[in-house]
Amino acid sequence: MIGFIVNRLILALITIWVVTVISFALIQLPPGDYITSYVAQLMTQGEVVSDQEAAALREQYGLEAPFVVQYYKWLQKAAVGNFGISMEYQRPVTEVIGDRLFLTAILALAAALFTYAIAIPIGVISAVKQYSVTDYVATFLGFLGLAVPNFLLALALLYFGFVLFDANIGGLFSAEYASAPYSIGKIINLLSHLWLPALVLSIAGTAQVIRVLRANMLDELRRPYVVTARAKGLGEWRVILKYPLRVALNPVVSTLGYLLPTLVSGSIIVSIVMSLPTLGPLLLRALIAQDMFLSGTIVLMIGIMTVIGTFISDLLLAWVDPRIRMEGG
Amino acid sequence: MMSSDQPILEVKNLETHFPLEEGTVVAVNGASFKVMPGKTLGIVGESGCGKSVAARSIMRILDKPGEIVGGEILFRRNMGESSEEVVDIASMDSNSPEIKSIRGGEIAYVFQEPMTSFSPVHTIGNQIIEAIRLHQDISKEGAKEVAIHALGAVGIPLAESRLNDYSFQLSGGLRQRAMIAMTLVSNPTILIADEPTTALDVTNQAQLLELMSELQTDNGMAIVLITHDLGVIAEMADHVSVMYLGEVVESAPVDDIFHNPQHPYTKALLKSIPKIRSNSSERLASISGTVPHPYDRPKGCAFGPRCDFFMPGRCDASIPVLQEVRPVHQVSCFLYDEGD
Repeated sequence: MIGFIVNRLILALITIWVVTVISFALIQLPPGDYITSYVAQLMTQGEVVSDQEAAALREQYGLEAPFVVQYYKWLQKAAVGNFGISMEYQRPVTEVIGDRLFLTAILALAAALFTYAIAIPIGVISAVKQYSVTDYVATFLGFLGLAVPNFLLALALLYFGFVLFDANIGGLFSAEYASAPYSIGKIINLLSHLWLPALVLSIAGTAQVIRVLRANMLDELRRPYVVTARAKGLGEWRVILKYPLRVALNPVVSTLGYLLPTLVSGSIIVSIVMSLPTLGPLLLRALIAQDMFLSGTIVLMIGIMTVIGTFISDLLLAWVDPRIRMEGG
Repeated sequence: MMSSDQPILEVKNLETHFPLEEGTVVAVNGASFKVMPGKTLGIVGESGCGKSVAARSIMRILDKPGEIVGGEILFRRNMGESSEEVVDIASMDSNSPEIKSIRGGEIAYVFQEPMTSFSPVHTIGNQIIEAIRLHQDISKEGAKEVAIHALGAVGIPLAESRLNDYSFQLSGGLRQRAMIAMTLVSNPTILIADEPTTALDVTNQAQLLELMSELQTDNGMAIVLITHDLGVIAEMADHVSVMYLGEVVESAPVDDIFHNPQHPYTKALLKSIPKIRSNSSERLASISGTVPHPYDRPKGCAFGPRCDFFMPGRCDASIPVLQEVRPVHQVSCFLYDEGD
């Protein structure tokens, strides 16, 4: 087991390093740099920037140096928590990102909890009662959730919230807490706002988990060990919850790690519609403006969170399934 | 103590159907047999003759959509203090508390597949202790002691450390022993063993059969042994029921089955056993034709189309019934029908 953990940990560190290289390279890929878009922006306002001035700015930001040098300098500072200055906002990247990473992770976690809370019972029931009315209704609702665009659902909820309850349910905080320091009141306020965007975001993933779990359960329910458990005299639901469900959950557990990146890139429109202070809209803005330190840092952080998520789901999987624990170490 | 001249389990005209979209599969078609206390009943027949379905009907653990549509399964329960009660398992709800206390508690079941009959993600100990605590009011520690003792009793070395093993860490033979240990922890009065040795190599087969005989001598339980292997029947069974296409066609003490078979199907089965001292140029006898598809059963006697003694106008006109031709020897065949 310890060998298994060390093995996974080393792999995780290597993956993170590769993520830094790739994310830095990706940022550099599009033609031009921040100065190009900065100059273009100034010119639309009627100002003229000479080539010398642009060159001086590039010099100042170190944009003229070769890729490897730029990468090395960036990594060196990043290692001690200095992710550079956001060119667009003219403030340190860490300050711009602020608590958005934390809020994104919280939102991802809440959405995951909702997804599993909805999908697992439905998946189990529609497998146990295969081809019944319950199965068809559950499957239909699941696909409906998959088919309806998230942001449309969000817009509809915002509209009905406003019309029926006269409530503005956007955002993650009420106005009085939005820029206040963290306190118990703010956390409670966060939780009271969190459930709605979390629910909206969870709906899309629900259908997938239902289908995966249903298919796995149908496979497992036919296994001889289920009949053995029944033949012992165990009640039907105890049989189902203890034996086939435990095995059928493995693929669901193993995809836990992908939640964060899916959420950040998949929820940009929802975040904009519901004015959620998450990383998605910020990343989009930074990429358009070629704000390389900001976008690079966000991509890096999402990458690291993904690796951590995968590491945790590996450990969970090993804990759940002894065959992986015994043979994978 | 139970009187030993009364059957502990009596299956009467059992009918089990699988209603499928393409048609109804009649898996068991009016089968009858008796299990005597402390004795071994062998049920023998080709694959698909309904022997496993009949056994699973007794436990009420049929796969969907199988259901019992007719007949009785009379089980004599020992209620302690020498009082007994006869219950009809066929009429119980398959999820009722009564059948759950019989399942695993009084009638235990050993399956064919030792590889997959244990859960791969729970330890052997977890699964055995669960079986113990389902039917006995006992602490976890107490149940653990019972489990260790049970594993030792079936000849598993280092029983205590085996409790923490997973089934994939044991060999096939050990796994089947552990399975038997798990079924015996509640001292069942009947053990149903469904092809228990089919998946094992010959050495393990012999050891396992010996173990089952020993356990039967010690515990006094009845065994229902389901197999297509006539060698296993000869070694283990006291009484044999031969099944064909969901019906019992012959039922007799083991010696009569081997030395004085009456039904053409039983005779043909015995002929198809290879002999050690046979001439190598001699062809092995086989039964002509194939088992009919369960959707379209032949008219009249189910074995008619494959039978060497087929009587046109007789065997395809009506269905023979099981009747006694000699004491405790029953055959269902018109050859022995002296009624007309």
